[in-house]
Amino acid sequence: MANLSGIGSGQASTGRGLPAPQKLRGEGARTLRAGFIPLVDASVLVVACEFGFAHKEGLTLDLVKDVSWANVRDRLAFRQFDIAHMLSPMPVAAMLGLGSNPSPAIAPFSLGRGGNAITLSNRLYARMVEEGGLGGIGDALANTQALATVLRRMTSHGEAPPTLGVTYPFSSHNYEFRYWLAAGGIDPDRDVKLVVVPPPMTSDALAAGAIDGFCVGAPWNMVASERGVGRIVAAKQDIWPSAPEKVIGMRPEWAEANPETVSRLIVALDAAARWCDDPQNRDSLSDVLADQRYVGAPVEIIRRVLSGEFTIDAEGQRRVIDDYFVFHRGFANYPRSGHALWIYSQMARWGQVRITPAGMTAAASAYRPDLYRLALGDDATPIGSDIGIEGASADDRFMDGHIFDPTAIEAYVEGFPVRAAGSASAFDAEN
Amino acid sequence: MTNRDLTILVIDENAIRASIIEEGLHEAGHRKVTVIHEVQGVARIIDSLRPDVIVIDIENPNRDMMEHLFQLTRTVGRPIAMFVDRSDTASIEAAVEAGVSAYIVDGLKKERVKPILDMAVSRFNAFSRLQRELADARSALEERKVVERAKGILMKIRGLSEEEAFALLRQTAMNEKKKMSEIAQSVVTAAGLLM
Repeated sequence: MANLSGIGSGQASTGRGLPAPQKLRGEGARTLRAGFIPLVDASVLVVACEFGFAHKEGLTLDLVKDVSWANVRDRLAFRQFDIAHMLSPMPVAAMLGLGSNPSPAIAPFSLGRGGNAITLSNRLYARMVEEGGLGGIGDALANTQALATVLRRMTSHGEAPPTLGVTYPFSSHNYEFRYWLAAGGIDPDRDVKLVVVPPPMTSDALAAGAIDGFCVGAPWNMVASERGVGRIVAAKQDIWPSAPEKVIGMRPEWAEANPETVSRLIVALDAAARWCDDPQNRDSLSDVLADQRYVGAPVEIIRRVLSGEFTIDAEGQRRVIDDYFVFHRGFANYPRSGHALWIYSQMARWGQVRITPAGMTAAASAYRPDLYRLALGDDATPIGSDIGIEGASADDRFMDGHIFDPTAIEAYVEGFPVRAAGSASAFDAEN
Repeated sequence: MTNRDLTILVIDENAIRASIIEEGLHEAGHRKVTVIHEVQGVARIIDSLRPDVIVIDIENPNRDMMEHLFQLTRTVGRPIAMFVDRSDTASIEAAVEAGVSAYIVDGLKKERVKPILDMAVSRFNAFSRLQRELADARSALEERKVVERAKGILMKIRGLSEEEAFALLRQTAMNEKKKMSEIAQSVVTAAGLLM
């Protein structure tokens, strides 16, 4: 860490001793206070701060580590943060008025893809092998089918259903865990008990037997498998490779009042994301992330997480997941409105919201490809519509083979054999 | 909702601060107050207690667990939401800054909740101030101790009187533009190496 001081223009933590905010062509402060949760997918934000990318655009990022997504949401809403590292469904939920303190938020930049995985306890996995007929290293679908077999036996023996952890009601982890379970025929609201566990506590909770599995971001799956307390049974890539993960969120009225600052921020984040994708920078990135100010996990684990080298169990069985983390390539930073609609479809699938025309408009408005395009130009954006078919190409399939057509969300939701009762549009009247 | 007594649940990992909040609620005439220090099993407590107001310390990482819980209560017909008075953003900002939030059942009048939250905010702030003062007092004590030790060392190896030793430390600190405790610490460290 010795080489860190002096490289960055950024200032982590409390924000004390910052220079007085300067004006940017009449716009507000050019010191942006940014909230984040200690996860590897905050990399682009951290690198923009530490390696001079923000500074080059005349911005100073004051990064503030927070303890919960609800705090991040509230501190953004109540102007303690200008921008924030957010779960991709958070702005969508905010625009739909969901959650205990919905306040409008938009995402003009996506922080990349990947990083999530599902880990089950050794005990549950052993039963999947013994009772579920799982052989060798099962793929994600074989794993959930084996779990389904175990759950049926547990029910018939009168055993309590396993408790599984996610990170937040409106999280990629919640929807991905549910997607994986449902693909095997498991009803996540009936056959298992889903609870919320803060990511840094997942490995301890699994070791203590408080939960039997979890879906969280990096590095916590690898932390659990390295400790020998759990077995990784699926990665995000297995469920849907393009699934949006974290985004940069901001208040829409702040973005409107500070258009130049927003553009400069997007330019800085774009450069930082390119830097993160370069394999030559991965060691420096690992060093920075391992610091207590950021993720605070062993540098060796972070290095392997970044290269997708997974120890999937305590015996040291390995699996390398290509593109486990993509920070920039393949338009990974482009906030597709269609992705916001896919999140909306999953919210509807699990009964968090009903599908209405107004809801579709609100959900799509959470992602702002127009702001991204304005900052980076047409060359930086993908060809084709912002709202298109997902999961149809060979390298981007959903694990159950379903194809998402955003123009037919109701049919898409109704096409899932496992979903919450009364989901989709049948009970439209409410909104 | 009628003007009956409010049932209030306080969730704070810090037991001392929680008792200060509890006392404040009692002073304000609230009798139905329950205090818990951890969120394990909180679902059952909320179920049986059916609180009207939940005061929670938001520096607790388990707060997202509470969010999940409130999301579930929405579906069982007793919606709980964060108390946000959009007409008074300053006081909500002050609450988040102080590190405390209130959640309320749907339909509760804001006039009934606001005094509770205001009291919690001022007591949270007073508590942080006390903690800061305590930390300052502790470090002042540590500084005095190290100066005493440095004085003793100087008296012993340079044969100075107590006043001379003190004057030497003070003069050196002024010359070096450092705190006297820093100079004293250097003396103690050096003595540890040399003796």
